[in-house]
Amino acid sequence: MKTKDQTLTVSIDRFDGTSHYQTTHDVPTRDNQTVLDVVTWIQQHDDPTLSYRFACRVGMCGSCAMNINGEPKWSCRTHVSKVVDAGSALRISPLRNMPILRDLSVDMTPFFDKWTQAVGYFVPTQTKDDPLPAIKSDDRDRAKANQSIECINCGICYSACDVVAANDAYLGPAALNRAWTLVNDERDGGAKERLEAVSSDAGCHNCHSQHGCSTYCPNLLAPATSIAGLKRQTLLNLLPWGSHDD
Amino acid sequence: MIDARLYLLQRLTAIAMLPLIATHLILMIVAINGGLTAEEILGRTQGSVGWALFYGSFVIFAAIHGAIGFRTIAYEWLIPNIRICSVASFGLLIVLIGLGLRAVYAVIVL
Ligand code: SF4
Ligand code: SF4
Ligand code: FES
Repeated sequence: MKTKDQTLTVSIDRFDGTSHYQTTHDVPTRDNQTVLDVVTWIQQHDDPTLSYRFACRVGMCGSCAMNINGEPKWSCRTHVSKVVDAGSALRISPLRNMPILRDLSVDMTPFFDKWTQAVGYFVPTQTKDDPLPAIKSDDRDRAKANQSIECINCGICYSACDVVAANDAYLGPAALNRAWTLVNDERDGGAKERLEAVSSDAGCHNCHSQHGCSTYCPNLLAPATSIAGLKRQTLLNLLPWGSHDD
Repeated sequence: MIDARLYLLQRLTAIAMLPLIATHLILMIVAINGGLTAEEILGRTQGSVGWALFYGSFVIFAAIHGAIGFRTIAYEWLIPNIRICSVASFGLLIVLIGLGLRAVYAVIVL
């Protein structure tokens, strides 16, 4: 990681609204330095026009994702020492599959619109006056939902997905993962509408099951497995003899 | 660009083809022992209703399965317009069924 003069060469793919170009920066190395530290150093000491996003710096908000040496990662929890070998450079570019606004900031509107299209929102069945339903810890559906609930909406899986790259309309791993948690949430009443939405020609059946999403999800979720669950459930619903995923 | 129905149809045709593929392969391996001649093949197939149904259905399942796959690949790799891909894959379906059934006709009837 460290060169002789203790600096790291960093190249960044830039976009100023009209043209794409690349800038290179020499950044002093530090112990336990994260990629977000590097980007912040560049903005504060070398090029104040560099645009990027972050908020929490501890892996909770999901806003700092970028492509780091070609792989989508959360920059605040990616240590430079883990991604750069001795003497080699660091290359940073924006996430794929979303329009670039400026430098490392992408427009996540299509990503979030697809959550809505996939009915990735809770549809309540009760009012605040009803008693809270007791959900047992060994409930099977709840166990399935639990596996996929810790999504921080970072867009890393969406950037990793080659089907999103090939097919603009595809709802993508994050929205489908969210749909699967809700299908398994017994308090939710939107399953029919949601299963229809994910059965459309933009839906879960487009997934090639190559697990790019699951490989890169920083929270170790497995959207590809959730999508397999959706495929199973939607197909069973289409078959005359089956209507349940059990 | 594939919805649940086409996806299901593609899987069902795959399942339907499994025993047909297995029979076809085993038959080929067994039949080829001791040499292979046109008379031997035609002796087996000509006038056989069983082989006509076997290979006729094989052709139709394979054509449907392949055309659906072609539609997806064409959309993702070649032409990002699903209407054009649907028309092209429907054309492919007709061509595959036509060529396949013509071959079946040739070994069963001619
Ligand atoms: S497994 Fe499916 S959703 Fe995940 S990256 Fe691959 S195609 Fe995309
Ligand atoms: S599923 Fe994982 S990679 Fe995808 S948006 Fe959620 S946290 Fe990020
Ligand atoms: S800054 Fe919040 S997840 Fe990285």
